[in-house]
Amino acid sequence: MAINPKIIVVGGGLAGLAAVIKVAEMGGQVDLFSIVPVKRSHSVCAQGGINAAKNLKGEGDSTWQHFDDTVYGGDFLANQPPVKGMCDAAPGIIDLLDRMGVPFNRTAEGLLDFRRFGGTLFNRTAFAGATTGQQLLYALDEQVRRYESEGKVKKYEHWEFLSAVVDGNQVCRGICAMDLRTMEVRTFPADAVIIATGGIGMIFGKSTNSVVCTGSAQSALYQQGAYYANGEFIQVHPTAIPGEDKLRLMSESARGEGGRIWVPKQAGDKRDPRSIPANERWYFLEEWYPKYGNLVPRDVATRAIFKVVYEYNLGVDGQPMVYLDLTHIDRKVLDRKLEGILEIYEKFVGDDPRDVPMKIFPGMHYTMGGLWVDFNQQTNIKGLFAAGECEYQYHGANRLGANSLVSCIYGGFQAGPNAVKYARSQQTSTDGVSSTVFDAERKRQEEANDMLISNQGNENPFQLWRELGAVMTKNCTVIRYNKGLEEADAKLVELLQRFRSVNLSDKSMWANTSFVFTRQLYNMLQLSRVVAQGAALRNESRGAHYKPDFPERDDQNFLKTTKAYFAPDADEPRFEFEPVDVSLIPPRPRRYDVAK
Amino acid sequence: MANNNTVLIKVKRQKDPKSAPYWEEFDIPYRSGMNVISALMDVALNPVTRTGQPTTAIAYDSNCLEEVCGSCAMLINGRTRMACSALVDDLEKPISIEPFTKFPVIRDLQVDRSVLFENLKRVKAWVPVDGTYDLGSGPRLSPVEQEQAYPLSRCISCCCCMEACPQFNEQTGFVGAATISQVRLFNTHPTGKALKTERLRALMGDGGIHECGYAQNCVEVCPKEIPLTQSIAEVGGQVMLQAFRDLLRK
Ligand SMILES: Cc1cc2nc3c(=O)[nH]c(=O)nc-3n(C[C@H](O)[C@H](O)[C@H](O)COP(=O)(O)OP(=O)(O)OC[C@H]3O[C@@H](n4cnc5c(N)ncnc54)[C@H](O)[C@@H]3O)c2cc1C
Ligand code: SF4
Ligand code: SF4
Ligand code: FES
Repeated sequence: MAINPKIIVVGGGLAGLAAVIKVAEMGGQVDLFSIVPVKRSHSVCAQGGINAAKNLKGEGDSTWQHFDDTVYGGDFLANQPPVKGMCDAAPGIIDLLDRMGVPFNRTAEGLLDFRRFGGTLFNRTAFAGATTGQQLLYALDEQVRRYESEGKVKKYEHWEFLSAVVDGNQVCRGICAMDLRTMEVRTFPADAVIIATGGIGMIFGKSTNSVVCTGSAQSALYQQGAYYANGEFIQVHPTAIPGEDKLRLMSESARGEGGRIWVPKQAGDKRDPRSIPANERWYFLEEWYPKYGNLVPRDVATRAIFKVVYEYNLGVDGQPMVYLDLTHIDRKVLDRKLEGILEIYEKFVGDDPRDVPMKIFPGMHYTMGGLWVDFNQQTNIKGLFAAGECEYQYHGANRLGANSLVSCIYGGFQAGPNAVKYARSQQTSTDGVSSTVFDAERKRQEEANDMLISNQGNENPFQLWRELGAVMTKNCTVIRYNKGLEEADAKLVELLQRFRSVNLSDKSMWANTSFVFTRQLYNMLQLSRVVAQGAALRNESRGAHYKPDFPERDDQNFLKTTKAYFAPDADEPRFEFEPVDVSLIPPRPRRYDVAK
Repeated sequence: MANNNTVLIKVKRQKDPKSAPYWEEFDIPYRSGMNVISALMDVALNPVTRTGQPTTAIAYDSNCLEEVCGSCAMLINGRTRMACSALVDDLEKPISIEPFTKFPVIRDLQVDRSVLFENLKRVKAWVPVDGTYDLGSGPRLSPVEQEQAYPLSRCISCCCCMEACPQFNEQTGFVGAATISQVRLFNTHPTGKALKTERLRALMGDGGIHECGYAQNCVEVCPKEIPLTQSIAEVGGQVMLQAFRDLLRK
């Protein structure tokens, strides 16, 4: 039994850093691994805020209401006890972040201010300007730096997790990782490992996610025997700004202030949008939904835009884009109400949305699915825990806005102490594990590297990635047909086949970024099959998963968690289904056209 | 430029920390709205120089692609910039792209900026909370106080301010504007204040705040428009006062 166990945390976003702090506080010794310096993790991108039912606005909000909104918003697919745990803990988490110095916006009296987000009737979202995620991450980063200077945390930044070291009894004994500069592959023993590697946006090519959100670590673990749950649930945000490199969020408030969505009626119309007369524009949302117009709910707006672009082929310039037009609104009004978000558009697109209609398109945004964990955040591999966006536990079939940040921190706060408790309860510490277990894993990874670097072929990994993104975005996001999903899976098989002929232009063994990316690409391809096949199997519509051929939620057959596992011989996923724990709130139909 | 549909970029490359730098030129297919990052992504997709020589993808750091993670700082047309928010349409062509000059080059455009994180340790840039257990809400802060802290807290650790600073070099060992501004942030916080004396002492002596020559380059290049010269002036005053107190106590 280890009194001061060695715990490895992989990932330094909110979830990972939250876990590190708890472990260090309990006397554990932490090795923290991250591809990017932890302060540069994807969590910095979150703008909107973080939910907690503090009820500081005299609205009678309660943690039970937060719990109900979350379960309802997730279309009853989440196991309820952990969600309740999160909602109960959320107010305390906000207090802690406040004590750590997060510059949350304040009321006149000096208390925390809260605003309203989607999927609730309460002002429940605390925020720090327009950069809440950045501010929260920094607060945790600073506390971790403090532990680092006390010698309780050792950081391995610019190191990439490749795989877990799992012994013959399916117990996790450490990790295998690669130094992204020297390209050295090394194993690191630990009494327990916590995975907090974030989202998977890169498998969709372009998304609102950051560059390192490849899901590569999750996929590697899935290929090592970890279950991956509810992979088919992918959240798409209706209004993102398409960029050459990524999709950036455009807030819903643009439509709230009167923004209108349209496309030219003529396919491939090359005219300046301002010169296209009104009768040659198609305001399809207003036509299809005369009552709500441009302010239909997110999923409805997203599906309509997809239909216009992919079924009618009417995207602007033949590209997957539609106009979000504010130019009919007075500049002064726009400046007063929308300045912050219009600046983002100006900065990255270079056009002034007060003069020119914005070009927007739905963007893949978040994965509800992830590594399967039990109520202690432990995966089915003993000693291997997971927290944050990389696991599946808190959001069911659809995540509510501002609920992710709280789930990441709460998940980390659970995973950390549970990992320490687990380590302390073990009879044999990892020191007693034979070194052959570690050597074998290192060899396996080194061989994979050698093969990749010396491979002779004619496929460019970045080209394969583009094709992956295109097929996943087209078939596995907003509107799903079984035919399209099967096509997608066939394409994935083809890409995996072509991956064997991948040829690296760069064969050096120093900071070889394309080599690193190519390794990740293989894992992205394997994980994509879990998403595509999981979606094909789920013949219903629930939350973010929508099939026109099966438009209703089907609790009879599908009130179940999808659990994918890897079948090594067949080299593809297999699926099991697990009942959902709905012991606290009985499922009821989910609709937002009336108050619930 | 080959024709109107391509953009010429010139990239200063270096294979590893020890080898000599060299330049390569690329014709990038032009698309309106592209940024420097997407030009670099194009090279990865088709790693061939302007003269048709096969080469390798360019190594660079990036993550968020929306100017909030601080990864992608480099010199673009000689100026410190974040590559993700540097739009090709706004740049003079051909576009020259170089790594920072005051940080060790890892490879191509990647440099080692860990010195900033070390500096943040040195000045104890954190709020010393008692623990993470539930201790109730934090100190009350007026909206005015929040509005002062928030801009300082937006520093993305890009190190542009340090690259541009004439005083930031090996001789001086100067900590740089970003760290000083963080000292200001934490010295203002009701709980963070507890470590004020230690922070100020860390800014005395070699490489401390007195190295600053008030050239103001830092504030001009900061992508987050952080009021760095104000921070330097304010912390400078605090350090003086502290030094004076320390003197009297001797
Ligand atoms: C644009 C945008 C806005 C958002 N706004 C909000 C919001 O307002 N409110 C809200 O609640 N949620 C929001 N979200 C969602 C939320 O930001 C994320 O779900 C959350 O930040 C994920 O945190 P994380 O700790 O799980 O992972 P991340 O922050 O993604 O961190 C992952 C970490 O893992 C490391 N890593 C990954 N792979 C490896 C590997 N193989 N080896 C080593 N290290 C690895 C990375 O370096 C990084 O440190 C938003 C998301 C986006 C994209
Ligand atoms: S004011 Fe000048 S000398 Fe001082 S930190 Fe800024 S750039 Fe450097
Ligand atoms: S102060 Fe500004 S320039 Fe300096 S590191 Fe911070 S954000 Fe970058
Ligand atoms: S990639 Fe994050 S700041 Fe440019």
